[in-house]
Amino acid sequence: MTNSGTEKKRSLSVICSKGSFDMAYPGLILANAARMAGVDARLFFTFWGLDIVNEKKIDHLHLNLVGNPSAPIPAMIAGLPGVEALATAQMRKEMERLEIPPIREFVEMLDDAGADLYGCQMALDMFKLTKDDLVPQVKEVLTAMDFMDMSEGAQIIFI
Amino acid sequence: MTLAVQTDAEGYLANKDDWSEELAKELAQELGIELGDDHWKVLNTARAIESESGSSPGLRKISKRSETPIKAIYKLFPDGPAKLIAKIAGIPKPKSCL
Repeated sequence: MTNSGTEKKRSLSVICSKGSFDMAYPGLILANAARMAGVDARLFFTFWGLDIVNEKKIDHLHLNLVGNPSAPIPAMIAGLPGVEALATAQMRKEMERLEIPPIREFVEMLDDAGADLYGCQMALDMFKLTKDDLVPQVKEVLTAMDFMDMSEGAQIIFI
Repeated sequence: MTLAVQTDAEGYLANKDDWSEELAKELAQELGIELGDDHWKVLNTARAIESESGSSPGLRKISKRSETPIKAIYKLFPDGPAKLIAKIAGIPKPKSCL
């Protein structure tokens, strides 16, 4: 259904604060679903969430197994060297089978779909990073207040 | 909808057999889209995937198979391409999240 002129367009703001492989996808998928359905979408990457758009880390995010009660292996084993990497590799394979794109491709897809990506100024300062350390799809670096301002009237999801 | 076809509450075609290219043009017009060759490539791909697999494809599949970049699809069908494509192609609402 198209929007009539009087109706305000729906818009979604997603705040991504986690940098593990499994916590990166929900925000990306929701923002993409919004765009596919004609809803404006913007994402704010903060704290560990910055890893999702960090050029050096985007291809190497790891599953969170330790301290995760849903993890399919006992915490004692999950903490052993290499176990997280192995589990992540396995999940990557499974996702490939389901045709879910890797994070980098997903971020490119979101950009192509017209979603706006933003980095958090304070998180960048904290990790001693600059905008140049982020993937080119990140449009701008903002303060939390800037992001609040542009989220006026939007539905906000925090991940 | 002023068209003489039945749609469900969300505007997807109720009866697949009602679909024709003529109808697609009218449906598109109702949604503010003038169909050109590039639109047809996307619509025909969506219909082909649906009839082969029995489920409405998401955008990524349509993009890959029709060799139409995601960006271009959003230009062709602004304002919710996944929904618009399914409605105009006369296939059910996509079940895919991608």
